[in-house]
Amino acid sequence: MVTQAIDDSKTHQAKWDEPLIFERSTPGMVGHMLPSVEDGIRKTVGSIESLVPEQMRRIQPPKLPEISELQVIRHFTRLSQMNFAVNLGTYPLGSCTMKYNPAVNEWAAALPAFASLHPLQDVSTAQGSLEMMWELEQWLSEITGMDSVTLQPAAGAHGELTGVLVMRQYHKCVTGECTQRNEMLIPDAAHGTNPASAAMAGYEVVVIPSNKEGFVDTDALKSAAGPHTAGLMLTNPNTIGLFEKNIEEIGGIVHDAGGLLYYDGANFNAIVGMVRPGDMGFDVVHMNLHKTFSTPHGGGGPGSGPVGVKQNLAEFLPVPRVVKKRDGSFDLDYDLPRSIGKVHGFYGNFGILLRAYAYIYALGRRGLKRASETAVLNANYCGYHVSRIPGFSLPYSRDDPRMHECVVSAEDLKANTGVAAMNVAKRLLDLGVHAPTIYFPLIVPEALMIEPTESESKQELDALIEAMQRVSREAFQDPERVTSAPHSTARRRLDEYRAAHPKTLTLSWRMHLERQAEEGEN
Amino acid sequence: MESGHPYLPITKEDEEEMLKSIGRESLEELFSTIPEKFRLKRELKIPDSHSELEVTRRIQELAGRNQSREDGRIFLGSGVGLHYIPAAVRAIVGRSEFVTAYTSYQPEISQGMLQTLFEYQSLMAELLNVDVVNSSMYDMASALAEAARMTVRIGARRSRFLVPSTINPMHFRVLSTYAEPAAIEVQKVEYDHATGLMSIADLRSKVDDTVAGVYIENPSYLGFIETQVDEISKVVHDAGAFLVAGVDLLSLGVMRPPGSYGADIVIGEGQELGSPVSYGGPLLGVFGCRMDRRLVYQMPGRLVGMTRTTTEPYERGFVLTLSPREQHIRREKATSNICSNEALLAVTAAIYLSLLGPAGLKQIGEAIAYRSNYAAKELSTIPGVLAPAIGRAVWKEFVVRFEKGVSVKAVHDGLLAHHMHGGVSLTKEFPALGEAMLLSVTEVHTKAMIDDLVKTVRETVTRGGRR
Repeated sequence: MVTQAIDDSKTHQAKWDEPLIFERSTPGMVGHMLPSVEDGIRKTVGSIESLVPEQMRRIQPPKLPEISELQVIRHFTRLSQMNFAVNLGTYPLGSCTMKYNPAVNEWAAALPAFASLHPLQDVSTAQGSLEMMWELEQWLSEITGMDSVTLQPAAGAHGELTGVLVMRQYHKCVTGECTQRNEMLIPDAAHGTNPASAAMAGYEVVVIPSNKEGFVDTDALKSAAGPHTAGLMLTNPNTIGLFEKNIEEIGGIVHDAGGLLYYDGANFNAIVGMVRPGDMGFDVVHMNLHKTFSTPHGGGGPGSGPVGVKQNLAEFLPVPRVVKKRDGSFDLDYDLPRSIGKVHGFYGNFGILLRAYAYIYALGRRGLKRASETAVLNANYCGYHVSRIPGFSLPYSRDDPRMHECVVSAEDLKANTGVAAMNVAKRLLDLGVHAPTIYFPLIVPEALMIEPTESESKQELDALIEAMQRVSREAFQDPERVTSAPHSTARRRLDEYRAAHPKTLTLSWRMHLERQAEEGEN
Repeated sequence: MESGHPYLPITKEDEEEMLKSIGRESLEELFSTIPEKFRLKRELKIPDSHSELEVTRRIQELAGRNQSREDGRIFLGSGVGLHYIPAAVRAIVGRSEFVTAYTSYQPEISQGMLQTLFEYQSLMAELLNVDVVNSSMYDMASALAEAARMTVRIGARRSRFLVPSTINPMHFRVLSTYAEPAAIEVQKVEYDHATGLMSIADLRSKVDDTVAGVYIENPSYLGFIETQVDEISKVVHDAGAFLVAGVDLLSLGVMRPPGSYGADIVIGEGQELGSPVSYGGPLLGVFGCRMDRRLVYQMPGRLVGMTRTTTEPYERGFVLTLSPREQHIRREKATSNICSNEALLAVTAAIYLSLLGPAGLKQIGEAIAYRSNYAAKELSTIPGVLAPAIGRAVWKEFVVRFEKGVSVKAVHDGLLAHHMHGGVSLTKEFPALGEAMLLSVTEVHTKAMIDDLVKTVRETVTRGGRR
């Protein structure tokens, strides 16, 4: 029987019966009006038919919905209410660092002086933006212990590709071994973006297994490293949430083999102000400003993935570089003949850079360090208490402290009750918190990766732990309640198989209409 | 910092209590696994903490060193556009339920974002006249680069990708960066120097069974409308290659959508649809294709699909789908490494398109056609000025050439002195065009503002470019 303690009737996500925007359309309705074209212009240039060549004129107007302004606002406001977010509750999605996105940063990015500044304006009219970028580069260099930073990559994976291309350029221009060094070493616990980025840059991926303690197996690394090694991509702390203690040895093996060491900054929130990738021997590092430096995730993006490098790699960074001239003014330098080129149309996600700048300025050197300290404290607190709940355990080096996140296994829970990590995740949604990342890293069975971040108070952490306790109790007493979750979200469990099946795959409104027409015929 | 910080809710008392409850002596103990020799034994050399009021002061100080304008005195385009953003767009897209969420990994609690992205995909598909649009790439430049790689992945043993010589130079640079490690040979197709149009003869001579894809821009970077689309499409498809079309999305209320002339993959810059230029980012890479499984299963980026609840009573719902293309599942065999994308700008574009509707899209397409052609025509009345200097029909952007010894720089400086901003100089990227500038005229430029531009250029040119 379900006891009162696992009563979840107090929480319910908003639910509107909101159709697709296309189903709200009324022919003739208008949602926005433009100023009419002045008569003087029409008289001078003639009819629109004379301006657009006949063979290129659109005959059929696009089948967009016709809706009034209020209806549009109401539609999207209702949809927004059916979306969980950091501003609504705890969002312990491991590896994503869902910390607070300070309100003042949104104000800053919206200022017309930044938002309306065209990227190709004369640099004399963009000194404030360039100064911010230059200063942010300096700060990020200092924070990571690197010598030069590019702000151009638009996301973490974009930063990885940029960083790996820089490594490749190094082997092309410096060691002259680009063709021979065609392998990138990547631990099995790495984020999927690492092997994907390496492959995009033309590398063969060599997977390095983890040892029993959850660290890089250095013997395996030794036998894998050699004349074909371009480098190693490593996340530290790793995705188990453990600090790779043998980093010096790892770095030595890779460097001795002639490779470079790449730092995946996805987990950087654990160590800001405590230890720097540059001091640990890394040659290239990317940072996720949308994780460590608080910029909002926007439902999937935009992010920003600056890349820092040691001095010997600086000449390979993308163009243009922001430079400070002798007179103290700022400029853009395109004259770097050995640069990898460009990875973004302009200078990266400027609006995101500005938010990260404001965040660093607000927290400062002591605040950033304190943020990492409390992020680690919060993760250890959750890891300790959750792993003591029946059904959950903390695999790999159980007694070692975790860093900013902990990976809990629900293997026992599944064996004893049939309730899997996925069910736990769905049930948590009923209790007013977002689910942790599940089934990652792949080396942990029934993984639940919890990253509370420093933004959560003790009160909220206790509520999260209590929610996990409830789910465990339910799993043992009334597993059906858990396996049939979620109950209180805007939708019950959705059919993902149906979504992907070729016969029912529907990726747009027009595909939906075609399916309906087909069904009508049959 | 002495009294805590608003972003850091764990108090010293909480800290002690929490440490005690997990059996740790000190905070330091939690970091004991970091080798001592690597520990940073000093403070970071960055500023100390600041109150919010101080943050706003510093930001205002920087803002004061920029000179942006929203009054239509800037005539820059070249990849991003200065357009009016309806107030309703800002009002909705600023909602923190959208802003502070991440990718909808738990669909049941993220229907708002998923339905909105499905609507974005659907609205964009209607505009482009294709079936499938993904939920965003970083920008148009990387969308082009991914499109080229996609054509090569599908067209096994085909490793060449053709682009027009008049291509956006920044897009070309990003394409080159992405193409090189995949051993894709990017080659330019010649153009007619009077009309700007792609040379069909040169295209025919270059396209063969080693070409995976051919790219066209419409309108082109230099502003002219490529009118030979049906012919190009036939040549490309006859050779078994894919046609990739990069279009200006706001032109599609008046111009033929790429789906209607057989484009297999379509790309565009979605910033124009409701997002500010923001000094070049964040932008919105629009990426779509025909519903052909060869194409869709090789697409980069996230896709949202329509489905229903697993149990009765069935309710419609939305989920991320076809994920086995993606890095978190397929790792090094993924179609792309993209993870974080530009979802919030896709939300913005969905709201923008919903507000404008078919009538608004037609209005804005016509307004831009009228205003840009008016500007070109008026500039051409100045002796020694030619506009458009290339192309017969232009839309939004056009090349203006200064003759009689007047330099682009002189015109640029003359405009700056009058608190106006001209277009980018083309002298470096397109020397064949002479002293040429690429101007962009949109719905924000009134007749009075355009007349002011023409007057200022006339004055500079009349003075022979001297101050």
